[in-house]
Amino acid sequence: MSLSRAFFAVIRRDLVLALRRRSEIANPLLFFILVITLFPLGIGAQPHLLQAIAPGIIWVSALLAAMLSLDSLFRSDFDDGSLEQILLSPHPTSVLVLAKIIAHWLVTGLPLLVVAPLLAVFLGMPNHALGILLLTLLLGTPVLSLIGAIGVALTVGLRRGGMILSLLVLPLYVPVLIFAGNAVQMAGSGLPVDAQINILISILLMALVLAPLPVASALKMSIN
Amino acid sequence: MFLIPDPVVRFFHRMASPPHFYAFTERLMPWLVVIFLLLTAAGLYGGLYLAPADYQQGDSYRIIYIHVPSAWMSLFIYVVMAVSGAIGLVWRIKLAEIVAISSAPVGASFTFIALVTGSLWGKPMWGTWWVWDARLTSELILLFLYLGVIGLYGAIDDKRTASRAVAILALVGVVNIPIIHYSVEWWNTLHQGPTVTKMDKPSIHVSMLIPLLLMAVAFKFYYLIAMLQRARTELLLRERNAQWVKVMISESK
Repeated sequence: MSLSRAFFAVIRRDLVLALRRRSEIANPLLFFILVITLFPLGIGAQPHLLQAIAPGIIWVSALLAAMLSLDSLFRSDFDDGSLEQILLSPHPTSVLVLAKIIAHWLVTGLPLLVVAPLLAVFLGMPNHALGILLLTLLLGTPVLSLIGAIGVALTVGLRRGGMILSLLVLPLYVPVLIFAGNAVQMAGSGLPVDAQINILISILLMALVLAPLPVASALKMSIN
Repeated sequence: MFLIPDPVVRFFHRMASPPHFYAFTERLMPWLVVIFLLLTAAGLYGGLYLAPADYQQGDSYRIIYIHVPSAWMSLFIYVVMAVSGAIGLVWRIKLAEIVAISSAPVGASFTFIALVTGSLWGKPMWGTWWVWDARLTSELILLFLYLGVIGLYGAIDDKRTASRAVAILALVGVVNIPIIHYSVEWWNTLHQGPTVTKMDKPSIHVSMLIPLLLMAVAFKFYYLIAMLQRARTELLLRERNAQWVKVMISESK
């Protein structure tokens, strides 16, 4: 089997598995919506305040939802042994792992993009910022999956990896949060956001190239 | 290898052997302590007594002699940790792994000290304990990275595996180091720009600079002492079933 066929086979397998267990798709999405609805209840429904902090709320919730969904990335494969098969295959592990990460993002990251505009309207975000919000989510959430994969790969062999995972992953999420939140904020005020978008693109490209390598070596370490 | 003189190569090969490392650091330790005490005494005397008061900040600037060296150490130790972790990852040298994990708590302490002294300094100067500016935030993230390293090492039972996991994590976290270092140049924030490590003349008077550099070197020695002590304990713990440890313990009884 050629490398590209193996790559797409892994993506297709993970997508099929996710479609058979739809809760994996629904859970992060519901979590995302619930966390966002908690903010107006918690801080009071003042339109100006909500409008001002809407980009931050949406991005922090996306971050938490992405982190919550990370555990499903390698967990079931680790339990039933198919992760070992991936590591044993003649193809480079990092490429197959990238396929798994892409499939995971399609299942958990992409749905966030669909509901985000609706929630942004709920929070009173100006319409001209919606495009930039979607763009930052499109560029940022794959980075969250890629960086998160490193943390999951390091902790998948642990019995209680949940708490330690957030300690490993959240500090590394900060640059994405800063630039994405800032871009949406600026767009809301009608300012140019080319610089932030360019930085997000460069972060995404670097993560795409570099992140699969530590993920692969961390998985080898977790399995041994 | 032909570029490095033979005695140096031999020295490093012998240092990779646990019994030799243990005996060598035992002999080294008193010297390190003496040098550290002398440097600290000289640095503190120069900084707190000889150096003139600042024309703007008065005497309260003197916290710089703790704050700046700690902040430098927080970055320096992270790099040492990542490099020795990488060496351990590639060549599976047990002592490199031990040096990497022994550095983490020391580095976390220095980061914490840098944050606390900065906060104490910020209150009289900026009028606030904390601002979310680029350098403070990135230093705080560095502290979280250190805590992540320590937590991950504690969570994995097999210590050889834990060392490899920690090395991978430390290497990933290295991307944060240039961000911290250049944050005050890239973002124009409340924290002042660098005054010492500039390419041209440092914008700090020589009578203040010399104690600062003395303190910086003294902190390096303190790091060596603390890290080596941790490394020796960790080594004994890991090698508790080895012959040389048993012989040493039975001889010391």
